[in-house]
Amino acid sequence: MSASSTSGAQRTDSALLQLSDVTRTFDVSPPWLNRVLERKPRVLLHAVSGVSVEIRRGETLGLVGESGCGKSTVARLIVGLYAPTRGTIRFDGVVVAGTGAESADPAARKRARRSMQMIFQDPYASLNPRWRVADIVAEPIRAHRLTAGAAATRKRVDELLRHVGLAPADGEKYPHEFSGGQRQRISIARALAGEPDLLICDEPTSALDVSVQAQILNLMAELQERLGLTYVFISHNLAVVSLVADRVGVMYLGRLVEIAPSKDLFSRPRHPYTRMLIDAVPDLEMSGKSRTPVAGEVPNPLSPPPGCAFHPRCPHANARCRVETPRFVNGVACHAVEEGRI
Amino acid sequence: MSGVRGPAGSPAPLLAVERLRVEFPTRHGTLIAVHDVSFDIAPGEVLGVVGESGAGKSLTGAAIIGLIDPPGRIGAGSIHLGGRRIDGLPESEMRRIRGRQIGAVFQDPLTSLNPLYTIGRQLTETIRTHLPMSEADARRRAVELLEEVGIPAAARRIDHYPHQFSGGMRQRVVIALAIAGQPRLIIADEPTTALDVSIQAQIIQLLKRLCRDHGTAVMLVTHDMGVIAETADRVAVMYAGRIVEIGPVADVIHRPRHPYTVGLMGSIPSIVDDRERLMQIDGVMPRPTAIPSGCAFHPRCPQAFDRCARERPELMPAGSTRAACWLVESAPATAEAESL
Repeated sequence: MSASSTSGAQRTDSALLQLSDVTRTFDVSPPWLNRVLERKPRVLLHAVSGVSVEIRRGETLGLVGESGCGKSTVARLIVGLYAPTRGTIRFDGVVVAGTGAESADPAARKRARRSMQMIFQDPYASLNPRWRVADIVAEPIRAHRLTAGAAATRKRVDELLRHVGLAPADGEKYPHEFSGGQRQRISIARALAGEPDLLICDEPTSALDVSVQAQILNLMAELQERLGLTYVFISHNLAVVSLVADRVGVMYLGRLVEIAPSKDLFSRPRHPYTRMLIDAVPDLEMSGKSRTPVAGEVPNPLSPPPGCAFHPRCPHANARCRVETPRFVNGVACHAVEEGRI
Repeated sequence: MSGVRGPAGSPAPLLAVERLRVEFPTRHGTLIAVHDVSFDIAPGEVLGVVGESGAGKSLTGAAIIGLIDPPGRIGAGSIHLGGRRIDGLPESEMRRIRGRQIGAVFQDPLTSLNPLYTIGRQLTETIRTHLPMSEADARRRAVELLEEVGIPAAARRIDHYPHQFSGGMRQRVVIALAIAGQPRLIIADEPTTALDVSIQAQIIQLLKRLCRDHGTAVMLVTHDMGVIAETADRVAVMYAGRIVEIGPVADVIHRPRHPYTVGLMGSIPSIVDDRERLMQIDGVMPRPTAIPSGCAFHPRCPQAFDRCARERPELMPAGSTRAACWLVESAPATAEAESL
């Protein structure tokens, strides 16, 4: 907003956020004693493998995939709740995490961190029940010393509450006095308090009823227009993502398998997994008709299939798919697409 | 009973719910969570019940299977299953009906299964409770059931524990349990909500196939209109404890009559349309402690007029559906014309 948008004006079209070959593994080995006594090996879970993606200023990038595909891990990596095992995350040119982060200017990193804020799925769990709403919203302002004095902070909080469709008087209440949708508005106000350029939204409407979801999605669209925000919007709901996103990335077992402008992805999906996902969406227009359900389930991420992780469920898989992991070329990671078979 | 109910020519309903009221006595008076709900379900029919949180859809299902937690109770109305009145039966008799006559599938498959027993044991126990079978026959039947719901290598998987199954497979096991007693009615409360879309599609297909093959009636309670569109024959839309619209699924989805249904349909994003913004119903559903006078939807309704705040509309015919809205009454002729 204020200071950050001036620098943003010169940098439109450039990448605001850049992930290069970002990988995150979790050590889920049994305890040391069990490993020694039972001769069990170390077990590594590859939650995110080699994800490279750029997010331009002012756009909304949607990330979709089924449970366990690593989309929430990507969100947490971006905001710094996890450190990447490998790879680099750059925000506005500053390395904020991964290789090279130590040598970056600490003040610039701190500024970059403040410019990225997160909205979580569960508005019941992400607000401190013992704090008044005004304090919840004021916390980032106080932490980053964005205003001078209590009166200015209060004024800013009132403004933020009005931004998200609440009344300044609501600041005196506690979170339990609000419905799920209103709580999500409070979460958004809190995220905006840090004057961010980028909002990472991890399933922001999944816990809400459809009519309330519509209110929140419309509010987010309005705020994006007004404040020039950039969104990373993570959801398992393809219909929601198709509505809000300019570009959409599809993840499967920790890898990005396809990325394309929203319109193209939903009208001409290329990766077989994307096609499968889109086919599986129940559609109101199909009333009474049946669709071909997809066979199989997401494999155990602890022992992903060799080659392309999707090959056991893929109708186009051949011998190459079973041994060789496809490279991510021209927005899609699929041997069949690369070879022109589909 | 069937002679009195429903239009002539339609088959006798399997389930007939008449002016059902579910209430909760509290210190500050009685809360009415389900109010005057009437509907019926024919054999082999899938009735979808949609609504947002707090609309009373799950409580309606719980009332039918007699699983309302005290102090909640059925305050008025009747529930008939196959012509026999089942509300108010003693618990011992209700237990015989549950499982044998009415099967239940709930949202979270993990809480519906006992984590300490193999699924084979849970299935054979259920089968033997309801059907006179030997242990060996029941086990054979259990394998058949698991195969029927699409569990690969059923003969081996039967000795596994619930935690060894994935979410989608667990929900299949729960469905196998629900159909083990060969019930005539299945009440499925948000059966696909906890599942990924690709698995959700598989479970919907399974429910539809079982319904077709066995003539089982299904009451499908969900907040997901897409699931209803794909599965249900008829749909009832609930708001603040009452049914506000009920009718054939295609008509309710494509030509909704009640302003709440119109708003609900408009607020659902779809991957096929190019809208920039969703239609939005402002406000939230009222709490049962503060149901507005007249039509409960009137404070949020864009088309409300003074009568809506004073008088509560009953369900009235609107083309092929029935809707509880004064607009339907004031414009019956146009409503008929549009529906043709």
